[in-house]
Amino acid sequence: MRSADRPLSPHLQIYRWQLTSVLSALHRATGLALSVGGILLVWWLVAAAMGAEAYGFVGDFLSSWLGIVLLLGWSAALFYHLCNGVRHLVWDTGHALDLRSTYIGGWVVVAMAVILTLSAWVAGISHWSY
Amino acid sequence: MRSPLGRAIGLGAAKEGVEHWLLQRITAVALIPLTLWFVIALIRLIGADLDTVQEWVGRPLPAICLVLLLIATFYHASLGLQVVIEDYFHGDFTRLGLVIVVRLACIAFAVAGIVAVLTLALGASD
Repeated sequence: MRSADRPLSPHLQIYRWQLTSVLSALHRATGLALSVGGILLVWWLVAAAMGAEAYGFVGDFLSSWLGIVLLLGWSAALFYHLCNGVRHLVWDTGHALDLRSTYIGGWVVVAMAVILTLSAWVAGISHWSY
Repeated sequence: MRSPLGRAIGLGAAKEGVEHWLLQRITAVALIPLTLWFVIALIRLIGADLDTVQEWVGRPLPAICLVLLLIATFYHASLGLQVVIEDYFHGDFTRLGLVIVVRLACIAFAVAGIVAVLTLALGASD
């Protein structure tokens, strides 16, 4: 029997968002974004090996507004996925699986990701202007 | 690679997955120090010219870490993307096809990055 037309769970139109499910979806979304970011890493390395013309092209792209916005997004995605990945590894040991711990851990991950992203950009900008 | 319970009672409903699960976590643990090292290295390289970047990539320790980073990143990405594909794409043919395409792309990107690092490390670029 086909059930293609039935609404799928969770019903997104009436779904009450909660931190735990948002962070879970964000882990997958940042993982997808970082997979694309991995291509940039390879492009950068290949361009460096190819020489001045190819490397200049990457440099122009990365210093453009689009490049900077993408780098900002990728760095935030990296730090979030890293912190939440550690949270997952803790869960894999069987610890911190109760409701209270998942919420505390979730907020810790959000705070750590914001702090690490801001720190990296402050360090980067101060290093660049120096 | 099987769990002791799985080996004792035979294949479960999923038939496979222990190896996938373990490798996802092994690459995750490897990526913690590798990505932190890479972010710090990148910040120190901001504003550097091509000669400096080439010299840095070609040095033994950065070259080794970059190759490890590429392997762990694309292995981890390939396993993660496989799960996403298996969640959202139905039909054995579509699903298997997409998983194969993603895996081949991950291998291709990893190899391209590793060759670039080795080119600079072994002084083969001009």
